[in-house]
Amino acid sequence: MASSAEEVKAHLKVYYMVFGALAVLTVITVAVAKLDVSVGMAVAIALFIACIKGSLVACYFMHLISERGMIFWILIICVIFFLVLLVLPVITQFEPEHSGLVEAV
Amino acid sequence: MSDVAIPHDMEPHPLTGMYNGKFGLWLFLASEVMLFGALFSTYVLLRVGAPEGTWPMYGLEIPTGDQILSVGLAFVNTLVLITSSVTMVLCWASLKMNDFAKGRLFLAVTFALAGVFLVVKYFEYKGKLTHHQVVLEESFGFEGETAITVKTDNGNEDTIVVVNGHAENFSTWEDDGFIVIHPDEEGESHGHSHELKIEADKIKRATTWGPNASTFLGTYFTLTGLHGLHIVGGMVVILYFLVTGASAWKTMPEKYINRIECTGLYWHFVDLVWIFLFPVLYLL
Repeated sequence: MASSAEEVKAHLKVYYMVFGALAVLTVITVAVAKLDVSVGMAVAIALFIACIKGSLVACYFMHLISERGMIFWILIICVIFFLVLLVLPVITQFEPEHSGLVEAV
Repeated sequence: MSDVAIPHDMEPHPLTGMYNGKFGLWLFLASEVMLFGALFSTYVLLRVGAPEGTWPMYGLEIPTGDQILSVGLAFVNTLVLITSSVTMVLCWASLKMNDFAKGRLFLAVTFALAGVFLVVKYFEYKGKLTHHQVVLEESFGFEGETAITVKTDNGNEDTIVVVNGHAENFSTWEDDGFIVIHPDEEGESHGHSHELKIEADKIKRATTWGPNASTFLGTYFTLTGLHGLHIVGGMVVILYFLVTGASAWKTMPEKYINRIECTGLYWHFVDLVWIFLFPVLYLL
C-alpha cells in the first residue's frame, strides 16, 4: 500500500482511471442487456463484467493489489465458500438416476 | 491511564502485513461475503425453481426484472455509488497528503452521495408499494386484463389472469366486496384507460407490488433492503468521523487516517455488493 504522501499523489491518477473504467463498464452492462442473446449468454456476460468491476474496486480502491501474504489466503477461502454456496442449488437438484451415471432400478 | 501501548495498533503485524484494525475489518468483510452469498444462492434457487408465469410477477412471460423495475433509476444509483467510492478513497488520499480540509470535503461529499442513493431508493420502493396487482379466478374480459397459459408441474395447463394498476380501496376491499383499480395518472395505463371495479368473488388475491406480490419481489426487497441498511450503517460511521474529525486530526492524525481507511474498505465493499446486485436483479 502506498504509504508516503508522494506515493499517494502518484496514485491519484489511478483512482480517476478506475472510476472512468467503472462508469464505462456500467454503461456496457446496460447496453449488453438490451442485446438479443440467450439467457445463459446474458448471465455469463453480465457476471463477467460485474467480476471485472468488482476486481477493480477490490484491487485499487481497497488497495488489495498492494497487500501481501495472509489476507489473500483468507479471501481465497472466502471466495471458494462463496462459489460453493452459489452452486448449492444446482447440487441439490442433482438426481443420480436421471444423470445417466446410475442405472435406474 | 496505562502507558502500555496496544501492539500493532498502528504499525503492521508481521504475520498479517497490516495493522490489527484493518485485518479485523477484512475478516468482517469476509463474513459479509458469506451473508450476501447465502442470499444470492437463495435467489438462484428461487429463480431456477420459479413456476412459469410467476417470475418476476404473476402474468409475465419473460422472466427478467427490468419489466417491473426501473433500470434507469438503478443505473443512476450505480453511478452515484461508484462516485461515492472514488470520493471516499480521495478523502483517504487527501489525509495522507496532509490536507485535512480537502479530506473532510471528500468525506462530506461521500456522505451526501450516500444520501442521494437512499433518496433514489425511496422513490423506487414508493413506486412499487403504490402499485397493485389483482390475480383473477379466471378471465372476465376486463379491459387491461392479461392472461397467460402456463404448464404446471403435473403437466396440466393453467391460466394466470391479472389486472395491474392503483387500487383505490386496497386496505378495505375485502369488507367492501369489490376493488377499484385506476390506471396511472401520468399516462402509462396498465392496459386500461378507465377505473375498473372488480367484485371480490372474482378475485383470487390482491397485493401491492411489495415483497408479498411475488417471489422475485420478495427477493428484491430482501437483497436491496439489506444493502440499503448497509448504506445507512456506513452513513452513521461517516457522519461520526465528519463530526469528530477536526479534534481527532489534531490529537492523533495517523490513527484518524487509519480509521478513515477502514471506513473506506467497508464503503467499497457496499459498492461492490451493488455492482453484483444491479445486473442480477435489474437486468437478468
